[in-house]
Amino acid sequence: MAAQSEIVRWSAARLAESLAAGEVSSVEATQAHLDRIGDVEADVHAYLHIAGERALARAAEVDRLRAAGEAPSALAGVPVAIKDVLCTSDMPSTAGSRILEGWVPPYDATPVARLRAAGLVPLGKTNMDEFAMGSSTEHSAFGPSRNPWDLARIPGGSGGGSAAAVAAFEATVALGSDTGGSIRQPAAVTGTVGVKPTYGGVSRFGAIALASSLDQVGPVSRSVLDAALVHDVIGGHDPNDATSLDETWPSFADAAREGAASGSLAGLKVGVVHQLDGSGFQAGVRQRFGEALKRMAEAGAEIVEVQAPHFEYALAAYYLILPAEASSNLAKYDAVRFGLRVDPGGSTVEQVTALSREAGFGAEVKRRVILGTYALSAGYYDAYYGSAQQVRTLVQRDFDQCFAQADVLVSPAAPTTAFRLGEKIDDPLAMYLNDITTIPANLAGVPGLGMPIGLAPEDGLPVGLQVMAPLREDARLYRVGATLEAILEREWGGPLLAQAPALGGAADRGERIRTTPGTAPAPGYGTEPDGGTL
Amino acid sequence: MTDAPEPVVITAADVQHLAGLARIALSPEEIDHLAGELTSIVDSVARVREVATPDVPATSHPVALVNVLRPDVPGAVLTQEQVLSGAPDASEGRFRVPAILGEEQ
Amino acid sequence: MADGTALSSDALLDYDEALAKYEPVLGFEVHVELSTRTKMFSAAPNPAAADSGTVEPNTMVAPVDMGLPGSLPVVNAQAVRYSISLGLALGCSIAETCRFARKNYFYPDLGKNYQISQYDEPIAFDGSVEVELEDGTTWTVPIERAHMEEDAGKLTHVGGTTGRIQGADSSLVDYNRAGVPLVEIVTKPIVGAGAAAPQLAKAYVATIRDIVRSLGISEARMERGNLRCDANVSLRPRGQERFGTRTETKNVNSLRSVERAVRYEIQRQAAILDAGGTIIQETRHWHEDTGTTSAGRPKSDADDYRYFPEPDLLPIQPSAELIAELRAALPETPTQFRRRLQADYGFSESEFRDIINANVLVELEETVAAGAAPAQARKWWLGEILRIANARGVEAGTLVSPLHVSELIALVENGDLTDRLARQVLEGVIAGEGSPEDVVRARGLAVVSDDTALTAAIDEALAAQPDVLQRIRDGKVQAAGAVIGAVMKAMRGQADAARVRELVLERAAR
Repeated sequence: MAAQSEIVRWSAARLAESLAAGEVSSVEATQAHLDRIGDVEADVHAYLHIAGERALARAAEVDRLRAAGEAPSALAGVPVAIKDVLCTSDMPSTAGSRILEGWVPPYDATPVARLRAAGLVPLGKTNMDEFAMGSSTEHSAFGPSRNPWDLARIPGGSGGGSAAAVAAFEATVALGSDTGGSIRQPAAVTGTVGVKPTYGGVSRFGAIALASSLDQVGPVSRSVLDAALVHDVIGGHDPNDATSLDETWPSFADAAREGAASGSLAGLKVGVVHQLDGSGFQAGVRQRFGEALKRMAEAGAEIVEVQAPHFEYALAAYYLILPAEASSNLAKYDAVRFGLRVDPGGSTVEQVTALSREAGFGAEVKRRVILGTYALSAGYYDAYYGSAQQVRTLVQRDFDQCFAQADVLVSPAAPTTAFRLGEKIDDPLAMYLNDITTIPANLAGVPGLGMPIGLAPEDGLPVGLQVMAPLREDARLYRVGATLEAILEREWGGPLLAQAPALGGAADRGERIRTTPGTAPAPGYGTEPDGGTL
Repeated sequence: MTDAPEPVVITAADVQHLAGLARIALSPEEIDHLAGELTSIVDSVARVREVATPDVPATSHPVALVNVLRPDVPGAVLTQEQVLSGAPDASEGRFRVPAILGEEQ
Repeated sequence: MADGTALSSDALLDYDEALAKYEPVLGFEVHVELSTRTKMFSAAPNPAAADSGTVEPNTMVAPVDMGLPGSLPVVNAQAVRYSISLGLALGCSIAETCRFARKNYFYPDLGKNYQISQYDEPIAFDGSVEVELEDGTTWTVPIERAHMEEDAGKLTHVGGTTGRIQGADSSLVDYNRAGVPLVEIVTKPIVGAGAAAPQLAKAYVATIRDIVRSLGISEARMERGNLRCDANVSLRPRGQERFGTRTETKNVNSLRSVERAVRYEIQRQAAILDAGGTIIQETRHWHEDTGTTSAGRPKSDADDYRYFPEPDLLPIQPSAELIAELRAALPETPTQFRRRLQADYGFSESEFRDIINANVLVELEETVAAGAAPAQARKWWLGEILRIANARGVEAGTLVSPLHVSELIALVENGDLTDRLARQVLEGVIAGEGSPEDVVRARGLAVVSDDTALTAAIDEALAAQPDVLQRIRDGKVQAAGAVIGAVMKAMRGQADAARVRELVLERAAR
């Protein structure tokens, strides 16, 4: 049997092979992860809930099924972490909010149900910004998660918990949700892989809604192939979600394997979106992005610059559409049917609802709910929400034109590497700018992938690349992503995460002493009046 | 709407009104703070008006589907126990809420 | 009518005087609960469906009906078909494309704290309905729109003394009704009805009820809330062009109440205007018991519903084929239906008018369809049933089902019941004792057709009245009446008088 410290570093694909070959059991793999969680979770705080016993019981069940020749899928027995935005019938589902503390839903979200049916083993629920509003997990009601590369820094958000969990080897793979970059941006800052599928590609049923027309559930992993394997399991039509696409999808895992095997991008047109090309971004981010383009060109891709003139309005449109939809989606937290109730006695239901929402919602949630209420209110709808929906049309048209000239579009997945905890917490506008490159894909519904392309020289922290494809062309992301990943990992001599500092016990810590140059991200980025798009 | 939008100021009274619609109790300090923050945020996002000319249709769904319907066939329901499982207060198989101000809707 | 005579502090102007000075303008919002098998947006069973009995609270609830986090709505195809059929029956255009919108407001009976409705793009718009008044004149009521939406849950107010919301300590919420499919039918302003306005109001709602019943898309029982009417009333001085300020009276849940509520509002508003006052634009509540309305919430800027397109649902675009199919399947209009029935049943104009004015045409038709002769059906609905309904102040149709009336008539026709017994059976059916057969069995009310028991009673009666026996034997047959009466009394009415007479003569002759 492989050493536990080794198992947790395996990819899902590798673990699946070993499980199939009988070299390791799911119980062993699950226990290895629970041990790892025991070692590092105090530092990382990736999880809000850990279901150790339940996970071991399920692992044993899957081992029995496998022994009987009835393994439900290739990934049966692989441990998985689930973002707390997804409903789970056996674990609390809080969406990172005090108002839902301890709430256990009476049903599983469809992606969770599909994971279970495929025999994956849920380890627990991962931390997130409250109701997925944020880019750092600092808006979680239960304290922030920390970036395994540097515990003083954010792991991205809102899905920082899932990204940190896979980056810290506390789960083989994880689920996230992406409304404006909540899968791709955390991937970028933690050196992991995350995919926001085509809108409608994965069911939203059971995903606690932030902004219904933007939310999409997707995989979080340490490799492109693993993301594809998870996507294959969770994706596909669900009649419980009217916006779910009723069509047959190709195997994304096959696409990833083909991409990795071919090693070539010959014939591929890669569009660099001028408006997202990184001018004004952190220097190390720009540098690694430029190098990644070079690698792709060397592999045969044709790099073209494309124009998306309305992308500069995307962030503004997003921060109208999201709060508007969220203000309505979050109205259900009223202290009547579930969740926190603050009742001082002798109050009316109106007062109890208002007091419960005051106590149960954090500052960012209140800010966005009030903003969204404003954007929809009488006399302002046309100017704000209506205009934002028009910008959405313009962004879609920009994508159409770009994809007429290129097969995939690329950009940095985030403007900076991981920033320090607390750095932007009091500056909402600066925080909002973290999603500047990822938001257009949500507005248009197109799929996007975030993957590591190296470390920024100035701070030694991961830099991510975003790859976007036309609607329904998710397979392209996996093919291209896997090819580039293979090229880069050859260059690096292994996965980027192998370069991450050790966490946990003192013995472990001795393996590699981390040196942080301590260079701040591009000074004042996002606070300069002309530095960003807002 | 191509002319520069007028600067927007969100007052404490506005925030109070919006908080009432959104049913969130706020302290006077929170209200003042939010008024300032929202003014700067709205000032930033108001630029959507620059390109939202009347000839541009609005898009509410990222993927344009129509007629997504469900057959009229009964399916699973929650048990009364499941329905009430998260209830802050319940009585006689129903949710209990404090007195409702005002009138029937 | 006891217009606001008791318990109300509202001043009322004499009706004729009110009409002489002011012209009423009406408008209606009628909510129809569709009788689909499942709810509007979930696969939970629909408590407004035909076969739905009484159920425990919160047992017909899917996650989306109570707004559980993560739940999503999906539109019921049958509800869309029903809505299109109703739109067509109202003479509306059917939208090429329509969509759902969220109407945002907090209320404990609304699980999501928004109602999924339709706002600027309803499924049906611009129609009209022909309505016939009691005197036979017809009115065309213009329809603004008909749109799809979902019903809310039910509140029960506890504590306090009245069972009403005011003064209650707390309220209990049951979400079984939440998500029941509704179509809201909104009229354009109805001008020019004058003194006939209350009658027109009643006739309009009755017509909507008849339409949805004939379409088979709703149980349409007002007393059960399947059909609910909000009545808008405003007055303008005679000769004035501009409409006056209107009130919206809610909770008007019987045809009779619709008429009374409109009449009351006309008199109440006229009194205020006459005294130089102004009408407040507000919601008013109808109180069946006192026959008055009371002030509710004033309309204010708090009514900011922040409508926006429902992002969880996609637009509906009914195909031309579907619309054509549903149009072809439309039943007759209520007017056509009446004309046909009158001809088929052979009733005179005045006989038929009585039926319509008693609001029992549909019941009568269903009774005939179940096998009764039209004249018999008319006799029962306009006779005993209407008498009881009037005494109780309810609609005749709410008392008993046409099927049961038809069964009752059959029992009389077969000689199993006398008219007098049948009235007792009817009482039992209305009291909820089951079908006529059930009541006959349970109360032991069948006509005694066993001659043994009759013969014994007759022999006893003849023996008790030897003089009468002698007179009969002398050929004075009419003397038998005294014996027949005694026998009927002895049999407690459970005998056929004709048969008794026959047997009396037979026994006397021996």
